[in-house]
Amino acid sequence: MAILKCNDVTMSYEGVNVFEHLSFSLNKGDYLCILGENGSGKSTLMKGLLGLLKPTGGKIEYSDGLVQKEIGYLPQQSAVQRDFPASVYEVVLSGTLNSRGLKPFYGHKEKELANKNLERLSITHLKKKCYRELSGGQQQRVLLARALCATKSLLLLDEPVTGLDPLVSAEFYELIRDINKNDNITVIMVSHDVKESVENASHILHLENKTCYFGTVNDYLSSSISNQFIGSY
Amino acid sequence: MEYSISEILSFTFMQRALIVGVPVALCAALLGVSLILKRYSMIGDGLSHVGFGALALAAAMNLAPLRVAIPVVIVAAFLLLRISENSKINGDGAIAIVSSSALAIGIVVTSASGGLNTDLYSYLFGSILALSHDDVVLSLVLCAVVLFLYIFFYNKIFSVTFDENFSLATGTNAKVYNTIISLLTALTVVLGMQIMGTLLISSLIIFPGLTAMRVFKSYKAVVISSAVQSVICVAVGLFVSFYAETATGATVVCINLAFFIVFGIIGFFRTIKK
Repeated sequence: MAILKCNDVTMSYEGVNVFEHLSFSLNKGDYLCILGENGSGKSTLMKGLLGLLKPTGGKIEYSDGLVQKEIGYLPQQSAVQRDFPASVYEVVLSGTLNSRGLKPFYGHKEKELANKNLERLSITHLKKKCYRELSGGQQQRVLLARALCATKSLLLLDEPVTGLDPLVSAEFYELIRDINKNDNITVIMVSHDVKESVENASHILHLENKTCYFGTVNDYLSSSISNQFIGSY
Repeated sequence: MEYSISEILSFTFMQRALIVGVPVALCAALLGVSLILKRYSMIGDGLSHVGFGALALAAAMNLAPLRVAIPVVIVAAFLLLRISENSKINGDGAIAIVSSSALAIGIVVTSASGGLNTDLYSYLFGSILALSHDDVVLSLVLCAVVLFLYIFFYNKIFSVTFDENFSLATGTNAKVYNTIISLLTALTVVLGMQIMGTLLISSLIIFPGLTAMRVFKSYKAVVISSAVQSVICVAVGLFVSFYAETATGATVVCINLAFFIVFGIIGFFRTIKK
């Protein structure tokens, strides 16, 4: 059963089409990496999937009980967050807001969920720490915990390891793989890192010059587009 | 002549100054934390200049000052927010243009219609003598509204301020909360302008939040600390300016500055201790 379907989607940015006629579908438990050069439309597609930007053609549909606002999203960090006075717990807890509707305060259920995800990512000891004083890798874990609070089924990550050192990046990739396998959460990741992507993902979506390639990792590796992009891997 | 505190409190103008000043300071501090973190620190400054322009026009046309200033400043707040969100001129530039134009228009209108009178002078530098009974009622109502909305939407405001895209993606309507914040800021600025003056009101919005951020590390602590400080600064400022016979608005700002320095030193020693 497909959890996400893109049907002949065209998206544009400031009046120019970034990519055209993109069609693909993902099943529960898939792990998709979106690759492509800068400006190929990875971020635009991400915004489309999140409902922040409407496609100019075609349709993006969620199914299998997933509502668009129940996506867990890990954005690229903004400058605002780097000096924001907030405790780790406050940030993680804010991930549960989408299930609260208009109710103003967090209940027992939300606090439990936040604690569970702190535990899940082994950052319970940072709970009372100030977010801006953490290392880059720790901050990403906090934002991941927040994303997990917002979703039960789909995680969207926008270049999550940018600026992290190789060791911390590797740990982070492993964490994502683990969440994908053990919690059966579908993962969509925008990435620059081709090597890690083909090692971890089940599917690849490659955007280039308004055309798109979508397929399983094995199909992708034997395609001509991957050969041009990564050479002889 | 020396007055005791109870004697000071028996003056109508001091009562009014406290009843207007304390709630306005509280609202300004609460809103200020969000404005600083959203990089909209200068919005208070821009809005107060627009307020000055509106007051000058009202005085020239013999209209009630607040009735003109409140709607004009609210419209300006919406415009500034829209411009900061999605235009080719960046927010900083937009605010600078709007505030200097509004100030210039205000001064041109005033000088054409017979020069600066006392009212306008007091709006530039603030005066506690200008407060009317209406101002007192209005500021109490405003304070109640701000407090209610702020507490009711506290968690949403946190989420929208910390990460607008995340809250949009997970179904929080960030635009609504941004609009609420700018609307409340506009009202706070117009009311606060009368005590603090056009030129100093933005400090009431910015100082408490920035001061609290020197020392406190969680959002809740920053919000509570800035609210408490802001109220203390205004109350102390009013009494000091009465005894020392100094300008009220400027005195309040100086006390805010003192707090900022003290908190800054505490924050500095905390970091080097680590």
